[in-house]
Amino acid sequence: MARTARTKATNPVATNELPSADVVEQLYRDMLLIRRFEERAGQMYGMGLIGGFCHLYIGQEAVVVGMQTTVREGDSIITSYRDHGHMLACGMDSKGVMAELTGREGGYSRGKGGSMHMFSKEKGFYGGHGIVGGQVSLGVGLGFAHKYRNDGGCSFVYYGDGASNQGQVFESYNLASLWKLPVVFVIENNQYGMGTAVRRSAAGESLFERGKGFGIPGKKVDGMDIATVMREGAEATAYAREKGPVILEMETYRYRGHSMSDPAKYRSREEVAKMREERDPIESLRARILAAGMMDEAAFKSIDQDVRAVVAAAAEFAQQSPEPDPAELYTDILLDA
Amino acid sequence: MAIEILMPALSPTMEEGKLAKWLVKEGDEVKSGDVIAEIETDKATMEFEAVDEGKVGRILVAEGTEGVAVNAPIMVLIADGEAVPAAGATPAPAPAAAPAKPAAAPAKAPPAAPSAPIVAASVDGLPGADIAAEGPMGETQTLTVREALRDAMAEEMRKDAGIFVMGEEVAEYQGAYKVTQGLLDEFGADRVKDTPITEHGFAGLGVGAAMAGLRPIVEFMTWNFAMQGIDHIINSAAKTLYMSGGQMGCPIVFRGPNGAASRVGAQHSQCYASWYGHVPGLIVVSPYSAADAKGLLKSAIRNPNPVVFLENELLYGQSFEVPTADDWTVPLGKAKILREGTDVTITAFSLMCRTALEAADALAEQGISAEVIDLRTIRPLDVATIIASVRKTNRLVTLEEGWPYAGIGSELAILAMEHAFDWLDAPVVRVTGEDVPMPYAANLEKLALPTVEGIVAAVRQVTYA
Repeated sequence: MARTARTKATNPVATNELPSADVVEQLYRDMLLIRRFEERAGQMYGMGLIGGFCHLYIGQEAVVVGMQTTVREGDSIITSYRDHGHMLACGMDSKGVMAELTGREGGYSRGKGGSMHMFSKEKGFYGGHGIVGGQVSLGVGLGFAHKYRNDGGCSFVYYGDGASNQGQVFESYNLASLWKLPVVFVIENNQYGMGTAVRRSAAGESLFERGKGFGIPGKKVDGMDIATVMREGAEATAYAREKGPVILEMETYRYRGHSMSDPAKYRSREEVAKMREERDPIESLRARILAAGMMDEAAFKSIDQDVRAVVAAAAEFAQQSPEPDPAELYTDILLDA
Repeated sequence: MAIEILMPALSPTMEEGKLAKWLVKEGDEVKSGDVIAEIETDKATMEFEAVDEGKVGRILVAEGTEGVAVNAPIMVLIADGEAVPAAGATPAPAPAAAPAKPAAAPAKAPPAAPSAPIVAASVDGLPGADIAAEGPMGETQTLTVREALRDAMAEEMRKDAGIFVMGEEVAEYQGAYKVTQGLLDEFGADRVKDTPITEHGFAGLGVGAAMAGLRPIVEFMTWNFAMQGIDHIINSAAKTLYMSGGQMGCPIVFRGPNGAASRVGAQHSQCYASWYGHVPGLIVVSPYSAADAKGLLKSAIRNPNPVVFLENELLYGQSFEVPTADDWTVPLGKAKILREGTDVTITAFSLMCRTALEAADALAEQGISAEVIDLRTIRPLDVATIIASVRKTNRLVTLEEGWPYAGIGSELAILAMEHAFDWLDAPVVRVTGEDVPMPYAANLEKLALPTVEGIVAAVRQVTYA
């Protein structure tokens, strides 16, 4: 379903005006799917159906859904462990994602990866990585492969404000700029690296300017407004394909804790409530659509029902799918030569 | 339809908690995302959000209740217009039932009880037994290990445009140790890439390119510097195939000189065989001769898995006979008997093979016949060849330049115990580098490394000579 938005977005949005009605509907649907999927994942974690770590994307939906509109067939996408939203946005099946969360055979990694480790070569999704910042060097390698093959592809490398302080991010900036690799660095600045606010972890004014010394242009973007994300994303992607790496710092916010077992004592309930009330990416898009008269309440209700049905089916599948066969313990360690 | 809201688990280990506070009351409308309660455990207080929508029909557990089991019903949500369920209509909170988890996978079958005296000495079924050794060398020429490694890369690069070489000084400088000499001229700057001094970055870049289907050869100026990028070798290259359920392979070769060179001190003199040999998902190779260096590197480049290729600076200039045929390969996972013998088995790899052969000469003069095995591949190890030899000679001395603790010798000792216990006539003895950082002073460095005399003494110990 996310595919539709992907093909529709070939003409970049000139302003942060809303795109056409059918595109807008798809964007809303894709964001809502991530929201509802994550809520359900949180609930299933609470029921003990999902184990280990589970990092929810709630609040950040406009970033990945907006950026996905600039992704072309053959491009590459890579991100950190907060990855469920990216997988849904690039068109991976919600059943396979949820079944991986429950550690079942029907999961994308057949239950051997978990929440942080899923991949789909078909959709150009290269994971799902659990070491903070590791995906940045890997993503520059994906960009290297596009340039090496001269296939016109671009690598979209997502990471957070926390990862921005890892040494290898700077090594990656240097390599990407030195070799003019087609890479869009998307910093999802959700204000907290686990429990540490950006102002307590990052020196300097802003993260998007950190590429300056390497000759990489950067921009700060309102990551809660999907029209803005689309416009800036399209511009950055065109630059990356043509000239080389670029940085977008998306100002966004995660409503939930860093992971499920985070009591979130480092911020006030009021701060979270205010953000949800005033900046929520889904609610604000809904309000704009209504104001513009592009969709009515009935249309929203119908989308809501569709999305709930998809998520319910994913949750059902994820519980019905069997655990991996014990023999799977010993497979996929090495490929046969 | 009424929906039961259950007590959530806030962490994988939580079994019960306190329902500290209700933030909604009966009759309230609830939307998904609304915080409905605060739950307290011994570790933290967490907010509990609604996922479903509806009206709070009944609160089943009063706030302040301690020891509420995970998955016990704590509230009933009803749809608009639906009747409030009567008290008792829903079962009272019961002790937490185990979450709906299928039965745990059965544990691996225990190994068969040791059978009475082992009569058959077959090594069939041991790792390495089913790998065929390389064929005869045929026509040969004399080449240094350095030239052999270069030829291996060049020959493979001619056949596969997806192969590229990357590292510090590999292109214009022609290689810090001249291993990549001539490659830039033949293949151009797009396929022979000088990198900045940025091991963490280019190790990751190489792994990403391999995931995208290219076949990188990443040279580390020495393996000591690869410590900057070891996260990508282990966490990204070795584990991704498994974590992706077999989807995302990583065909990459990491190569460079390993171990002590000469008088370069502690930070530049370390053997990583045991480090990388520890990791499932990696293949680890450490050749001695030029023929093996070439044949194994070609096999490594063709292999679809990440390969750690440990060379030795002191061997680069050594000459050996190498087959002239350009399809010469040596199988990964197959050891080689360098010298046959009957009284003791000595295992070695890389530069230590030379020391072992010298020791075998000295032992022959003393009337002791030593069999010398070049391990060649550290992982997967050719257990069959080693065990067959130990069952023949009944004695094992292991040799390596690295440290003794959890070293390759430790692994070989346990393998001998597991597969040749009844054949051993003496305890296994390890000859290793000393358990110290490598000193700089010439005399101390010499004392820190294995010697011919040390091997001879170890062999005399196990042969009770």
